[in-house]
Amino acid sequence: MDSLAVIVARRKRQDKLFGALGIACTSLGLIMLVVLLGDLMYQGFGRINWQFLTSFTSRRAGSAGILAAWVGSLAVMCITGLTAVPLGVAAGVYMEEYGRKGRINTIIEVNIANLAGVPSIIYGLMGLGVFITLFDFGRSFLTGGLTLALLILPIVIVATREALRTIPVHVREAAYALGATKWQVVRHHLLPYSLGGITTGVIIAMSRAIGETAPLIAVGAVAYLASLPQPAPFSGEFPFVSFEWIESPFTVLPILMFNWTSRPQADFQSNAAAAGLVLIAITLSLNAIAIFIRYRARRRIKW
Amino acid sequence: MNLAAADEKPVERRIPAIADPAVNGSMTRSPLAYTNNMVEPTRHEHDAPPTPKVTVESLNFFYGAVQALHNLSFVLAENRVTALIGPSGCGKSTFLRCFNRIHDLYPGTRYEGRITLHPSGTNIIDKSVDPIEMRMRIGMVFQKPNPFPKSIFENVAYGLRLKGITNKNELCDRVEIALKSTAIWEEVKHRLHKSAYEMSGGQQQRLCIARTIAAEPEVLLMDEPCSALDPIATGKIEELIRELRKKYAVLIVTHNMQQASRASDYTAFMYLGKIVEFGPTQQIFTNPTVKDTEDYVTGRFG
Ligand SMILES: Nc1ncnc2c1ncn2[C@@H]1O[C@H](COP(=O)(O)OP(=O)(O)OP(=O)(O)O)[C@@H](O)[C@H]1O
Ligand SMILES: [Mg+2]
Repeated sequence: MDSLAVIVARRKRQDKLFGALGIACTSLGLIMLVVLLGDLMYQGFGRINWQFLTSFTSRRAGSAGILAAWVGSLAVMCITGLTAVPLGVAAGVYMEEYGRKGRINTIIEVNIANLAGVPSIIYGLMGLGVFITLFDFGRSFLTGGLTLALLILPIVIVATREALRTIPVHVREAAYALGATKWQVVRHHLLPYSLGGITTGVIIAMSRAIGETAPLIAVGAVAYLASLPQPAPFSGEFPFVSFEWIESPFTVLPILMFNWTSRPQADFQSNAAAAGLVLIAITLSLNAIAIFIRYRARRRIKW
Repeated sequence: MNLAAADEKPVERRIPAIADPAVNGSMTRSPLAYTNNMVEPTRHEHDAPPTPKVTVESLNFFYGAVQALHNLSFVLAENRVTALIGPSGCGKSTFLRCFNRIHDLYPGTRYEGRITLHPSGTNIIDKSVDPIEMRMRIGMVFQKPNPFPKSIFENVAYGLRLKGITNKNELCDRVEIALKSTAIWEEVKHRLHKSAYEMSGGQQQRLCIARTIAAEPEVLLMDEPCSALDPIATGKIEELIRELRKKYAVLIVTHNMQQASRASDYTAFMYLGKIVEFGPTQQIFTNPTVKDTEDYVTGRFG
């Protein structure tokens, strides 16, 4: 029988060992990230300038730019967000607040959780089948945006449900006890109080979607695109706004990067690295917004 | 227990007829008839005789297959405070929550019997009666203060907005009246538009009471409203309850015997989902007829 001191010493050693292991694993991840980013910076940073951001792609690496791609990425994200967010939030609210908790609901729940894990190329094939073949939307912004909307829909639904679940029962009961209807409880209480959580989830989903390549290749994104969405959404003549641009061919940043990396010239590699940096910058700013919103919501509402 | 007062002014030691059906679990006369025989507690002799606001007849309540309330009969008198006491798990909250149909929010719950709201004669738990309307007529205060994460003003105004009041002046007036009647107006009048979460627990609970009474319900249900509060805040709320009695029929659940004896006019003792004894508070505390009640109010239960 060991003395107490020996046992304590041994357990402390185990504690330290695990601590060291943890630090090693964490730093491995961090180092990888830093090396990756550093390499990207080294290759691409010199290429980022006004000309690069404002020209279309070209056969000559030196004069090629990413204008169509970053505008395309933002435009596709608009379509994705405008469709996936209302649909996903509504579905999440329905499942959490309205749906009867029964076997059918459980089956739907499990399926949605699984959908979030389906490989993105499958969504591409589905977009091809549904939006191009069936609905004849063509290889357009609309098809690309809707395909990515399908991809992030499960994430938005799950995020909405999680956010709703953090609202304590006693706050709901307070509203119901005053005679609110279900819709009033949702509209006046649940949605405002879960806004922080939902927005965070939506932005995380969007930052996943903005980096997607495979499903967009499947629905026919063009790499070599030398035009902005046509016609321009705003004009000086009546009716001033037009949504016809959603039917024009599209490209996005990752597609352009993919195209550039497959070229032999070294200059195109640094172009691709530079486009990657722009993409990372967009993603990081999205995440920063998510963190800020979450921070604000947490400070305003703590249960 | 107010023994001294009982000595000065001997309480009529008659068990009210209303206690019998509750004990036996059977009703032979109309519930209204019982209230005519209700014995008025001595300290409120100047009050008008009690009239029933809500009568409960052979109420059964089920959580799924589990029966939580067994054949309850009970009368809630207008302008009186009625306390529900009993050991933990005996069904006090379950009973209270039948009155505003809040159980309807959860699947699998089921009511049997009748809860009549007077004078309209509506059967609160009837399927055809709209629970939304019932909840507007019967207000509830919860155990834990549960303000909305909105401003103090918006909290109190919420019930009014649900009633369709949009006029800014009317909202302001009624919020002020509600906050004054719960005696926190002076403490919050300068920060009506600050978050309700920046108040103390006691203030939050009084805010919740203000929120409930701003909507002018007919009945006030309170489930252990002081259990999260310190003695001073508790004292203020008890004072408030005695004040609210002038306008409402109040039903309050409490674990605090002193509170029941101080604040209520009638007391019902519940045990295992049944009402064991029901009568004037003085009588329940000084001269209970059932052994279990006596053990419970003297702290020898169990
Ligand atoms: N949602 C529920 N599902 C099933 N049974 C429940 C549920 N809520 C309460 N019960 C049961 O009903 C009985 C009465 O519970 P209730 O909460 O009304 O007791 P209570 O008298 O308010 O107790 P306490 O003084 O601890 O608040 C208990 O036996 C409890 O286990
Ligand atoms: Mg309870």
